[in-house]
Amino acid sequence: MTFSTMVGELAHAFINTFLIFGFTLIGALPFGLAVYFGKKSRFAPLRWITEVYISIMRGTPLILQIMVIYYAPPLLFHVTLPGNWRFSAVVVAFIINYAAYFAEIYRGGIESIPVGQYEAAQVLGYRKGQTFIKIILPQMVKRTLPAVTNEVITLVKDTSLASAIGTIEMFTKAKQIAVSPRSPGMLTFLVAGIFYYVFNVIVAFVMKKLEKALDYYQ
Amino acid sequence: MHILDIQNVQKSFGSNHVLKDISLTVDKGEVVSVIGPSGSGKSTFLRCATLLETMDSGTLRYMDETVAAMEGDRIVYTKDLKKVRSYFGLVFQNFNLFPHYSVWKNVTDAPLHVQKRDPKEVKETALELLDKMGLGDKADAYPCQLSGGQKQRVSIVRALAMKPEILFFDEPTSALDPELTGEVLKVIRQLAEASMTMVIVTHEMAFAHAISDRVIFMDGGVIVEQGTPQELFEGTKQERTRQFLQNYQR
Repeated sequence: MTFSTMVGELAHAFINTFLIFGFTLIGALPFGLAVYFGKKSRFAPLRWITEVYISIMRGTPLILQIMVIYYAPPLLFHVTLPGNWRFSAVVVAFIINYAAYFAEIYRGGIESIPVGQYEAAQVLGYRKGQTFIKIILPQMVKRTLPAVTNEVITLVKDTSLASAIGTIEMFTKAKQIAVSPRSPGMLTFLVAGIFYYVFNVIVAFVMKKLEKALDYYQ
Repeated sequence: MHILDIQNVQKSFGSNHVLKDISLTVDKGEVVSVIGPSGSGKSTFLRCATLLETMDSGTLRYMDETVAAMEGDRIVYTKDLKKVRSYFGLVFQNFNLFPHYSVWKNVTDAPLHVQKRDPKEVKETALELLDKMGLGDKADAYPCQLSGGQKQRVSIVRALAMKPEILFFDEPTSALDPELTGEVLKVIRQLAEASMTMVIVTHEMAFAHAISDRVIFMDGGVIVEQGTPQELFEGTKQERTRQFLQNYQR
């Protein structure tokens, strides 16, 4: 296998890496907000469930969570899952794991907003929903952006954990190539590392732009 | 008809009995100042009147409409608080402007999206108010670009844009440099001259003396004394009031 074939195959596998990354963000960013509301719910059982959920998600390895999501349904319910279950299981595991972290980040952001903002909104007659959407949420986004950036960058690297159940993404591919005969060997991992790094530089750049865009107020 | 009629307010935080039977009525065009030492319950009283705190017991009426009343030994608030809130405005010590909104949006958003008033009319009202408060050129600015005095004037405009019957001020100049206090007091004085009904919690004694129709001295959760500024500042009969005012004259 030539060097350029190897790079080409990694690039192709990177599409899946990117999809895991994209789907996770699309799912976990909003779901994290739902988890936050669960934690703040007036309904105590929902609050407890959310607490336990966050605690497990943060307290156990993500690689284990991926394996549980992938292997548990067939073992427990004796169902045959569709062929793309491998990929779906990874995305589901990533979403529920990252949502737990996002929920805590959101909580920090929301709780740092001065109570005066709520009081001003209340005196002006805003309903609770309006207050959250118009007054609190935009300020929360600004306040949590640096912490969210951290998570997003970690997520890029965490996608490699999908290889634990053999999902085809870039890191799985790199492992396959490296052990195949007449391949560029360890060089494959170096190239994979460069892929991750370049992608993260782009992610950091985009997030910085986003922060700048919200710089018009303090 | 009283604009505000609040009677026999009791309020405790835990074992701290903050308000012990406070009553106040305010009529149209009246300017009432509330003075007193820190911890006397002035702000809590204002927060009860503006529904930021619920009273433990008492009655509250705006424009002869009952907002809260006792049913047996239980206090019951009306369900239609939105309407009640449209009767009053509140200017906070710390402004509490929305930092992500421009001055213009701070002022016009609630009239448009809470009161759902006519956009053209809201625009005219906002322009006129900003102009009157010397903020005509600040409509596009964000709160972080303004001085403390400008911020407080914007928050006064924001409250006035809701067209309240009565405006409450909770120590409106306490977060300002002495230099900036003057411009805010001037604006409040303008409002008094235009017969705006106001209740002002303040530590600015000379100001309270100059613009109030009535001054209330609170201490330890009770109204110790009330009367015209002359009666209170110049001829108080209460030893406690005299002591308090002496601290300010030194």
